[in-house]
Amino acid sequence: MSTTGAGNGNSNGGSKKDGAALNVIGKPRRRVDGRAKVTGQTRFADDLFFPRMLHCKLLRSIHPHARIRSIDVSRALAAPGVKLVLTGRDFPIPYGILPVSQDEHPLCPDKVRFVGDPVAAVIATTEDEAFDALDCIAVEYEPLATISDPAQALATPEPRIHDYGDEGNVHKRVALEFGDVEAALASADHVFEDVLFYQGNTHLPIEQHAAVAVLDPDGKLCLWSATQTPHYVHRALAKALALPAAHIRVIATPNGGGFGGKSDPFHHEIVVAKAALVTGRPVKICLTREEVFYCHRGRHPVLMKIRTGVRKDGSIVAMDLETLLDGGAYGSYGVASTFYTGALQTVTYKVPRYRFRGCRTFTNKPPCGPKRGHGTPQPRFAQEVQLDKIAVALGRDPADLRLQQIAEPNSLTANYMRIGSIGLRECIERVVEGSGWRKKWQKLPLGRGVGLGCSSYLCGAGLPIYWNDLPHSGVQLRLDRSGEVTAFCGATEIGQGSDDVLAAIIAEVLGIDPFDIRLVTGDTGLTPVDLGSYSSRVTLMMGNAAIQAAERARELLTGPVARKLGVPASRLGFADRRVFDVENPDRGLSFVEAVWLAEAEHGTLGTTGSYRPPQSAARYKGGGVGPSPAYSYSAAVVEVEIDPGTGWIHVPTVWIAHDIGRSINPTLVRGQVEGSVYMALGEALMEEQEFRRLPPKLSSAMVHKFPSLLEYKSPSTLEMPDVVTYLVEDPDPKGPFGAKEVGQGPLLPVMPALANAVYDAVGVRIDEVPVTPEKIVRALDAQAHGRPARVGPGKFPTVRWPEALKVPPPWEGGDGNAINEPPRKSKPTDKGGRQVRP
Amino acid sequence: MNNVHMRLHVNGESCEVAFAPHKTLLEVLREDMGLIGTKHGCELGECGACAVLADGKPVLSCLLLGIECDGMDIMTVEGMAGDARLHPLQEAFADLGAAQCGYCTPGFLVTAKALLDKKPDATRDEIKEALSGNLCRCTGYIQIFEAVEAAAAKMAPAHREKP
Repeated sequence: MSTTGAGNGNSNGGSKKDGAALNVIGKPRRRVDGRAKVTGQTRFADDLFFPRMLHCKLLRSIHPHARIRSIDVSRALAAPGVKLVLTGRDFPIPYGILPVSQDEHPLCPDKVRFVGDPVAAVIATTEDEAFDALDCIAVEYEPLATISDPAQALATPEPRIHDYGDEGNVHKRVALEFGDVEAALASADHVFEDVLFYQGNTHLPIEQHAAVAVLDPDGKLCLWSATQTPHYVHRALAKALALPAAHIRVIATPNGGGFGGKSDPFHHEIVVAKAALVTGRPVKICLTREEVFYCHRGRHPVLMKIRTGVRKDGSIVAMDLETLLDGGAYGSYGVASTFYTGALQTVTYKVPRYRFRGCRTFTNKPPCGPKRGHGTPQPRFAQEVQLDKIAVALGRDPADLRLQQIAEPNSLTANYMRIGSIGLRECIERVVEGSGWRKKWQKLPLGRGVGLGCSSYLCGAGLPIYWNDLPHSGVQLRLDRSGEVTAFCGATEIGQGSDDVLAAIIAEVLGIDPFDIRLVTGDTGLTPVDLGSYSSRVTLMMGNAAIQAAERARELLTGPVARKLGVPASRLGFADRRVFDVENPDRGLSFVEAVWLAEAEHGTLGTTGSYRPPQSAARYKGGGVGPSPAYSYSAAVVEVEIDPGTGWIHVPTVWIAHDIGRSINPTLVRGQVEGSVYMALGEALMEEQEFRRLPPKLSSAMVHKFPSLLEYKSPSTLEMPDVVTYLVEDPDPKGPFGAKEVGQGPLLPVMPALANAVYDAVGVRIDEVPVTPEKIVRALDAQAHGRPARVGPGKFPTVRWPEALKVPPPWEGGDGNAINEPPRKSKPTDKGGRQVRP
Repeated sequence: MNNVHMRLHVNGESCEVAFAPHKTLLEVLREDMGLIGTKHGCELGECGACAVLADGKPVLSCLLLGIECDGMDIMTVEGMAGDARLHPLQEAFADLGAAQCGYCTPGFLVTAKALLDKKPDATRDEIKEALSGNLCRCTGYIQIFEAVEAAAAKMAPAHREKP
């Protein structure tokens, strides 16, 4: 691993930005919660036990699509140990993560939409009794025709899975055009058209979802849950249970892996909350591994058609992208996911004109949602594989083809994404040099090859999930005469190290050690709101809020200390648990003495900090998805060895460079990069959320092919290749100390790099993820018989696209508004006069 | 069903427990002995999260009944540290990023301990092989390999001192 660009001239490091040496930021350290994790003392949700605790189990639908005629729970109520049985009747109010998709009920009231949809809950004194009593519930179903995939959904408007959405079983269609794309394609020297498919896959956190609801001694509800988004769970509980939010406390337990899969408010959370309210006793639920597969909310399967016009040298003149998403049975984050399949295609390379049309369909399968990269790995795969084809067709080196058209730093894209710093050039140069690309590409013997892919990702969604003009993240600090600093923040620790980032930033500003800080996080009853661990938003947003809070604390200390030392306040430095005269460092006070003086002068010490992203330049409807304060960049070279007889794929090494802006803790940053490569290889090579139909006598149910950790293949230690990681540090002015995200971006370039490497090795194109030995053998067989050496989807079905919103790009006189947008019902504005968009 | 009463030897201590006879060792440890450091990811023997040591060998506690453990010397992650001092593997895992979410970590730690107790100079390939039954979704395993190697290096003098 190597790092560069450590200068901090323009970073958002507050008082430390004048070139002062950093003592914590950028140094590899043990994370603040490391000891708890290696001693088994981290308390995950299922590790909580309370006196008189009851256990909950859910009865789930065996039908993929059916009306519920009746539910008889009388036998279950009489079963041993059973205290309560709940059904859809107990939950009349719907909920959902997005305001536009309030389409879920904690238990289905009248209809089930996928195998696994919960219809009843049993609460009993033991888990075994609750489980046994599920068999005593009699549900009479009236099966309905089922929709298994998007093509069928498009062709089958009735019966509708939901009674809302654009039409029939189409949930959402969007169409956006930035400049006249057809005219640009007509003027291009070459137009490349490809249809590619990206299979769905799931998060597979090792921790199964779990939650415990408790009625506190004051009668208020408290829910402990393995959730990435306690704030949104808090809101969903208040809505679905019709309780004042102020009477509910949600505590996010450290997540045993999230990856996006614990970002929705879930049935089981609301059910145990209701059960605790009814019984007055603690109620716990822990899902089985099979149930976790059916909860899903994972990667959408996406079919993509991408047409790209280029000049003779391969420079892009226009791109036209169509995406078709298999959404599964509920809305979840799906509207956002749909926009995300188009929003970031313009952020990596210069795309002068761009059209994006996306369509999400409902199907009778577990709902899809956000998984690491949320909606962007699929079109990134399409674009990067197509760029490889363009390079080969035009006789260009794929690295040069990319280097010649990297997006401009500090610019607006065709769709009005505001880009800040871009470290992509250095990322590409690093992996090209490190991998020996110039000596390997098209030069390795048959069966061995290298492939390149690049990408970019958000550092936090620019808008919250529901309309509001409030901070996205808040931090409170408490300092007392003991010298202890306590930080309160709603941010949620899902393993990524958000607690460590919070401690590091405060420690840096106050000149103390991260371990000196007590952290209280992810607790809606104690901490200021942070929107949650999704969209790679925490480091940037919580980090900036933490800087503000810590700098305000510094200001409280500075006056009294300056007077005591008799030096100007501007000459004070904070480091090594001391406050001192930077011109005479021996003159100073301990941090504890400084806090004592400040408490004497100001009274009780406390500060707050908050962060809200800058206003987006995208003013068109739909422009709310994609804007971010900053974008990270990654490049990867994957090497493969393929057995042409069996198609077996071996990956010896991956070289990956990530533009992190600045590493807060390089040990954790490297872990995120390597973990991304790992998860990417799982997606690229083996992971599939795949379903099969049972025979008609079993209602033609769509069931998961392999809902177990053994059969849902994921890479083990034996499949993991060597990874060479390069961290490119080009501080972004919007990030805390210049930091950008690392949790999701480094996953994106790996899948296309692998597919491109397969082509380099054996000359066949696998235009699908996952790339499997069986597909390689099929493509090699086609090649041997003179057919196109390719495995991939044939054509993109006809979608009745709405007229595109036409938004002239910035360089064609546009101002971010669509020229043909019908007047909106209401254009809410916040107090600053900014328009707020979904 | 009546509970069985038996004595289990866990982390160097003998403890009398009463539990339903169908309970797995995993359930007995977590629910009846309060040793929640041992985790579960599947309860089908597929993920390695519930690994503990039985007479020094890694076993999946979700596949073993509590009543089968009569006379066995069981070690869980809670037993790795000597008093307040962490085991070198725990130190290395914490320092080198080998624990991200930390959920699979107890299983990896005890499995790695069994390996190093038997083979203090294990190679990278031997480490990979020994840990191949433990799934981790966060790290990509590399920092885990490095932590095991770092711990092995730190433990080496102690092993050399042994006759």
